[in-house]
Amino acid sequence: MSALADFERVDSGSGGAVLRFTGNLSLASLGDLPDRLDAVEGDVSRIDLSQVERIDTVGAWVVHRFARDKEAPVEGLQPASQHLFDQVVAAEHPIELPRKPASPFVHLLSEVGDAVLTAFHTLYGLLGFFGATLIAFWNVARHPSRFRFNATVHRFEVVGVSALGIIGLMSFLIGIVIAQQGAVQLRQFGAEVYTINLLGRITLRELGILMTAIMVAGRSGSAFAAQIGTMKLTEEIDAMRTIGVSPMEALVVPRVLAVVMMLPLLGFYSALIGIIGGGLLCWVQLDIPPVTFVQRIREVVPLTDLWVGLVKAPVFGAIIAIAGCFQGMQVEADAEQVGRRTTIAVVQAIFLVIVLDAFFAVFFTQVGWI
Amino acid sequence: MTAPTLSHDDDVVICVRGLKNGFGEQIVHEDLDLDVRRGEILGVVGGSGTGKSVLMRSIIGLQTPIEGEIEVFGENTIGRDETEATEIRKRWGILFQGGALFSTLTVSENVQVPLKEYYPKLDQALLEEIAAYKVVMTGLPPEAAPKFPAELSGGMKKRAGLARALALDPELLFLDEPTAGLDPIGAAAFDELTASLQKTLGLTVFLITHDLDTLYAICDRVAVLADRKVIAVGTIPELLALDHPWIQEYFNGPRGRAAVSSVKANAGHATEDRG
Repeated sequence: MSALADFERVDSGSGGAVLRFTGNLSLASLGDLPDRLDAVEGDVSRIDLSQVERIDTVGAWVVHRFARDKEAPVEGLQPASQHLFDQVVAAEHPIELPRKPASPFVHLLSEVGDAVLTAFHTLYGLLGFFGATLIAFWNVARHPSRFRFNATVHRFEVVGVSALGIIGLMSFLIGIVIAQQGAVQLRQFGAEVYTINLLGRITLRELGILMTAIMVAGRSGSAFAAQIGTMKLTEEIDAMRTIGVSPMEALVVPRVLAVVMMLPLLGFYSALIGIIGGGLLCWVQLDIPPVTFVQRIREVVPLTDLWVGLVKAPVFGAIIAIAGCFQGMQVEADAEQVGRRTTIAVVQAIFLVIVLDAFFAVFFTQVGWI
Repeated sequence: MTAPTLSHDDDVVICVRGLKNGFGEQIVHEDLDLDVRRGEILGVVGGSGTGKSVLMRSIIGLQTPIEGEIEVFGENTIGRDETEATEIRKRWGILFQGGALFSTLTVSENVQVPLKEYYPKLDQALLEEIAAYKVVMTGLPPEAAPKFPAELSGGMKKRAGLARALALDPELLFLDEPTAGLDPIGAAAFDELTASLQKTLGLTVFLITHDLDTLYAICDRVAVLADRKVIAVGTIPELLALDHPWIQEYFNGPRGRAAVSSVKANAGHATEDRG
């Protein structure tokens, strides 16, 4: 039934060559016809379609393209097919083929340039968002009735209480690892007992809060970006604005406040569990009884270590929450962006937390909290 | 061996017999029969929740019915293996309600997806050209081709969806509420487009709609879904002669009458123009 599309060359004597098409000029039975047409050489004076059984728009296009290039008239179509052919011809317009990729070097340069520009753009936007958040806090402080107490408490639970399990488990294991690795190395100098110094100081000063920040960025920062991003897509944010509810006050303030309040608590909790984990290992492997362990901790860990950890925590919390909310607010257009922005929120939060941690380390050393 | 066909009439493109569909306890269709003839525009109407979209989804194989038989182009579509199903899929195009364009691809790439899937040998330049004229044929400006769906308005998305549905030059076109959410001018233009493409390409169109103007303007026949089945199929005058309360209310309600008068007014203009 569906004869493959084909053509033959007929020399009609006076007027040069005639190209006569046969079979089904439709997409399904086109085969390699386009390629074979490209290979036709020499002048063609006429294109005869009277032997064609069926023609569809793709077939019409292929013939039209050939006829246009050879400047040959097309003849012999049934009226209905002629109508279709005319419609296809009428729909022709110049197209821009996708640009050829530039040379790898130029491509690399432009990629780097793009990345730098994007980085500055993001930093600029993040600063702006930070300012907007501060203004929102100020507004809420001036009109305390606009503070969303229930929403904030709910965030406390989601960000803080629900994270206790996973953060506890993680810190416990990290405490064990640090104590074990420390003990192995320090044993070479017969200084195993200093494992306690190592463990106590590093968990309180750095690791407790840093690991917690990373975990919260992964758990809550991403959730903020996805929630707010989806709300942006479904026009909930716009609806809020038109009703007169400020999204900054209703969505961002409770979230930022929750993370800022919860991170010091979670960080302290994490350090404590880490020390317990390490203490357990000291007891089992190094035969240091818990009472001695606690005494040693009290002797070797200065109180400033605790302060170092606790001062950093709210700052990290603010970064995580603001990065999450900011990226959520940047979502536009389509669902793919929600995923991308969520990823960016987490990466950005963790990166900024670590950069700031380095600054803090230098700062605290300078002020003498060694 | 070929399975016995339900309808021996070659002019029937879609043939549904004894269809039963349901979700859990809730039965949507029961004992539903429907024929769609070659070359017609069949409008499918019914109240919300009468299963218009479910009927379309069963015909195109997205929903497996509990009972019943469905034939498209004389081939049973239920329980087919993938290769056989693919052969039928090549011959139809579907416009989903929201356009269902792939959001990560441009309009032009969207149109090329079915072409690349079924005819991987076509070269890229030809694909681009095919996509370009399809886009223009569906009434989009050529500048729309390299745009992403998110950059298009609702009406343009529908047209882009139609361009993708027509990518393979199908014989059968399913339209799910094509004019929903369009302004009246856009809706009328879309109706005109559907009718002219149907005429040019010789399509059979299965058209789900709520739009009375569409029904009057372009549908050859209308199928009414109610009480879990197709209660009547026919031209609008034939349906009006029936004594079913829903049909009467549907076509003779305030909106129905408005649509009739506008069609009559248009017809009057048309004859004046000719005169």
